[in-house]
Amino acid sequence: MKSDMMRVFLIAVALLTSTTAIAAEEEVHAPNQDWSFEGPFGVFDRASLQRGYQVYREVCAACHSMDYMYFRMLGQEGGPFHDEDYPNPNDNPVIKALSAEFQIEDGPDDLGDMFMRPGQTSDRFPAPYPNDNAARAANGGAHPPDLSVIVKARGGGADYLDALLTGYKDAPEGEEPPRAGLYYNEYFAGHWIAMPPQLTEGRVTYEDGTEATPEQMAEDVTTFLAWASEPHMETRKRMGFGVIIFLIILSGLTFLAYKEVWRDVEH
Amino acid sequence: MSEPSRRDFIYIAAGAAAAAGGALTLWPFIDQMNPAADTLALASTEVDLSQVTEGQQITVMWRGKPVFVRHRTPAEIEEARSVDVSGLRDPATDQERLVPLSGGEYQPQFLIMVGICTHLGCVPLGNRSGDYDGWFCPCHGSHYDTAGRIRKGPAPKNLEVPGYEYLSDTVVKIG
Amino acid sequence: MSGPSTYEPKTGIEKWLDSRLPIVRFSQDTMINFPTPKNLNYWYTFGGILSLILVVQIVTGIVLAMHYVAHVDYAFESVQRIRRDVPWGWMIQYIHANGASMFFLAVYLHMFRGLYYGSYKAPREILWILGVVIFLLMMATAFMGYVLPWGQMSYWGAVVITNLFGALPIIGETITTWLWGGFSVDNPTLNRFFSLHYLLPFAIAGVVALHVWALHVPGNNNPTGVSVKSGKDTVPFHPYYTVKDGFALLLFFILFAVFVFYMPDILGHADNYIPADPLVTPSHIVPEWYFLPFYAILRAIPDKLMGVLAMFASIGVLFILPWLDTSRVRSMRYRPVMRWFFLIFVGACLLLGYCGGQNPEGWVLHASRLATVYYFAYFLLILPIVGLIETPKPRPASIADSIHGDRGKPRSDTAATPAPAE
Repeated sequence: MKSDMMRVFLIAVALLTSTTAIAAEEEVHAPNQDWSFEGPFGVFDRASLQRGYQVYREVCAACHSMDYMYFRMLGQEGGPFHDEDYPNPNDNPVIKALSAEFQIEDGPDDLGDMFMRPGQTSDRFPAPYPNDNAARAANGGAHPPDLSVIVKARGGGADYLDALLTGYKDAPEGEEPPRAGLYYNEYFAGHWIAMPPQLTEGRVTYEDGTEATPEQMAEDVTTFLAWASEPHMETRKRMGFGVIIFLIILSGLTFLAYKEVWRDVEH
Repeated sequence: MSEPSRRDFIYIAAGAAAAAGGALTLWPFIDQMNPAADTLALASTEVDLSQVTEGQQITVMWRGKPVFVRHRTPAEIEEARSVDVSGLRDPATDQERLVPLSGGEYQPQFLIMVGICTHLGCVPLGNRSGDYDGWFCPCHGSHYDTAGRIRKGPAPKNLEVPGYEYLSDTVVKIG
Repeated sequence: MSGPSTYEPKTGIEKWLDSRLPIVRFSQDTMINFPTPKNLNYWYTFGGILSLILVVQIVTGIVLAMHYVAHVDYAFESVQRIRRDVPWGWMIQYIHANGASMFFLAVYLHMFRGLYYGSYKAPREILWILGVVIFLLMMATAFMGYVLPWGQMSYWGAVVITNLFGALPIIGETITTWLWGGFSVDNPTLNRFFSLHYLLPFAIAGVVALHVWALHVPGNNNPTGVSVKSGKDTVPFHPYYTVKDGFALLLFFILFAVFVFYMPDILGHADNYIPADPLVTPSHIVPEWYFLPFYAILRAIPDKLMGVLAMFASIGVLFILPWLDTSRVRSMRYRPVMRWFFLIFVGACLLLGYCGGQNPEGWVLHASRLATVYYFAYFLLILPIVGLIETPKPRPASIADSIHGDRGKPRSDTAATPAPAE
């Protein structure tokens, strides 16, 4: 117990002083980009969302989970495959087909065994690894982070993510990776990242015929991940507009009432 | 100087707007208690009837409730059909308690019902129990027959038949 | 309440009720007829705003507790479920999270107003002390609430803050272990934080009731600091201040809505979107913005125990503030020297807030030390000494006089006779 306490104490002391060490590392700021979903009226580019899902599915999903995403979300209002004919995304044939592409472990059955079945709209995105340790073991000790809220979980948001995906460079003279299996990336904190460059020319074949350049793929997948981080963003902005307009009108009326009430009082 | 009507108008307009805003604000706080999207996504379930042998009953969960799937024997079906419907508390023929295949024909051996007594929500006992060889609710003594119709006891209605459809001869989708 | 009751029951039912439970009389006297100085400015609207934010936080909090799961394995996921699947969950969660920031913003303005107009001075010492108690409860509630989503900042914030108690000699270890219910911040900690986070707001509501009671005995202070002399100085609370507070409240809610609907995450930290990991510390750990000044005081002092003591003392000193100020004059409007020290004090607090968010090195460390020294000097040296040597400007005889006096003059306190040099 004594040593546990000591350990925690040391962690706390380290915390209070650690910020000093980190600040020494220079970070390149991700360039500011124009996103369809930026600004008070920004909405997601639907085609880009669909392409982004394809990039995630065919490239990222090999290593990165999205634990808080369910297939049905792809078809909900504001989602990449939303169809007004199917207000309930669980009925949407596109979503049904997308989920049925996967085999999901279910069970136990009547004999107590787990079994595989085709995915349903109510299923989570299947994870590439059964647990974190397996994920680390398969990736040279680095754990590929879950991407469900990744755009909110990184300081630079969408700009950072996009820059990171296209930010691989040859290491400057004299810089050596701290260990083997790392790649130089301009935008990664510390510059040496365990993820190899992924978005090579033509890595996916877009169904809508868009040319799959690395920049295009990075933009699409970032848009998709930004949506996944907050699927209700469009509703939020729309609601907010109404709420604020209402509050402005009501405060205007209240101001007039205030002036009327106080009209005969010297103050 | 403005006449009192202007003053009244401002007060009424501000008051009405505030009241309307307050009322609208209430809605999200009420609606949040309705089933969430993940709950709604699980609102249907599929059952493979080929695993239910004659004379056997399985219970599946649907929306957190037990659903009885009974493979009736010819004797049970006969028993259910021989009843004079007009004398029942909640009149229904045996056929009315079934759902046809997509082709229109019936599979009378499969009886699918929500396993909740219509009296106060207990789960009735099966296996040809009660005075009518169907189901018997131990809570307050309601007797259901082999078609799940209320025959005796305090329950007001027959056991509920959920909305379901046959996806094939042997697979039904409940909900 | 101040002054005799003016309520007169008219109908039979009112009389019947009034002789059994005089609740209508109580409401009339405290919320409708209550005589309120007629010169209160917009700085005085934050009390009303704060009570409404408390209601908003309690209502949204109760709703969130219907969906939140207080378990280390499910807490983060349940918050995601609230945001993604629960009807309106995203909005209610954003209101609650940003509501905490709005609460502190309003309480700081409320406190600075009290400091400037001398609202802590006799006969309002208890009123002020109850306010400081509310502030402490708010800090505890906000801290524990921030732990609940169980992100990286939640977890490491809990680790750092609970470790503060480890600085106490001899009993420190025992206390931290007791706080955690284990040997590190873990599931027992999360569970008790959830329980207390649910309980404390009701304790706050209780102290707020006492705070309002203590306000209604002497009545409101006002920008002149001159006590109410007669009925000419006051107006009934309703409708005069209900409508003014209502207007200010709506303006404040516009700001609130801008945060909730257009930048809901700007006051938070990206790392809290990473699930808690006891093995990895975030590279740059900072508390929520409203704790930054106190965090800066903590870090300004190189000794762990002294830093912790200084941080607690920075709030503790507020309890004895009413007896530190030696001036007979309440409002700094009429204190030509002190008002400058007050302005510097506000600056020092803002500087501390800035420093709390930066790495404690270089000029930031020096600045936070300087600001810390000034913070304590303001209460322990400047207020007692300046109160004795300063010559206040002439004050109006009454609130009504101050209003008439202002008319026609180029509005301001500096227009009065220049302060005699001493």
